[in-house]
Amino acid sequence: MLDADFFRRWMTAAAASVDREAERLTALDSPIGDADHGSNLQRGFRVVAATLEKESPDIPGEILQLAGRQLISTVGGASGPLYGTLLRRTGKALGDAAEVSREQLAQALRAGVEALMALGGAAPGDKTMVDTLVPAVEALGTSFEAARAAAEEGAVATTPLQARKGRASYLGERSIGHQDPGATSSALLIAALVEAAGE
Amino acid sequence: MSEAPAKLVGIVLVSHSAAVAESVADLARGLTGGGTTAPVAPAGGTADGGLGTSAELVSAAAAAVDRGAGVAVLMDLGSAVLTVKALLAEGDELPENTRLIDAPFVEGAVAAVVTASAGADLAAVEAAATEAYTYRKE
Repeated sequence: MLDADFFRRWMTAAAASVDREAERLTALDSPIGDADHGSNLQRGFRVVAATLEKESPDIPGEILQLAGRQLISTVGGASGPLYGTLLRRTGKALGDAAEVSREQLAQALRAGVEALMALGGAAPGDKTMVDTLVPAVEALGTSFEAARAAAEEGAVATTPLQARKGRASYLGERSIGHQDPGATSSALLIAALVEAAGE
Repeated sequence: MSEAPAKLVGIVLVSHSAAVAESVADLARGLTGGGTTAPVAPAGGTADGGLGTSAELVSAAAAAVDRGAGVAVLMDLGSAVLTVKALLAEGDELPENTRLIDAPFVEGAVAAVVTASAGADLAAVEAAATEAYTYRKE
């Protein structure tokens, strides 16, 4: 079962991973975006990590809602409200259970991804974080490791796609051939989840 | 002499750039003419002065223009739109009766401020701003 400690580990691992990969994320965001994805997420996840150190709810759902709120407040780019909504809605779906199963988490994440898709209006194939998150959450129903593989595969598979959402969509065909920065950071988020599970 | 309306709808202008939000607010106020002007607050850029959207600046601007008649929020694009939507979904981050207005930023802001300054209610302010989409330029 996954308890509050697991969810704290997930958020801490995500913050560390975004910290390590911030330059790569920003570099991916340079040809097809506005070159701020890494620094924006780094700012947001640092606040998430610091907030969870100060006040740490014992309820998994509350931890994710708190983290989501911080991302909406502090990121400054579109990824803030998108990831913020993902975590907040996932947290709400988990309710006030002190422990949840992997299957329950997969179910809650499905609600979170749906909320993210409703907010951003992106569908699979649009070259966005959705291309990572949808297959990853689906695979999480099977195992943590399957989720990590599906996330990585989804992120890499955005390279040949033409962007249909966000600033990259203005580039039309010139967006083809670049891996999407949002899909890449989503894969980091899923990898951090698997790391927290110790697998 | 007609009686001034007790409460005016507040307008919040959210842009990626502080300069754009402030300039559009000035423009809209300037085109409103004499008499009472509805409260307008720009919320542009990030808290540290960069390009982007600050949820905190948006919340503060909405609180500053709230006179109890509702708040109309207009945005430029991308994270500005997503941030306002996420704040509205949160429930307690914005004043009661705050509405996201789907309108072109500059034209919609002028229409909203002029209409709100005339004492229109939130629905009429929204209708005027949204109608700005239909003004063809050719």
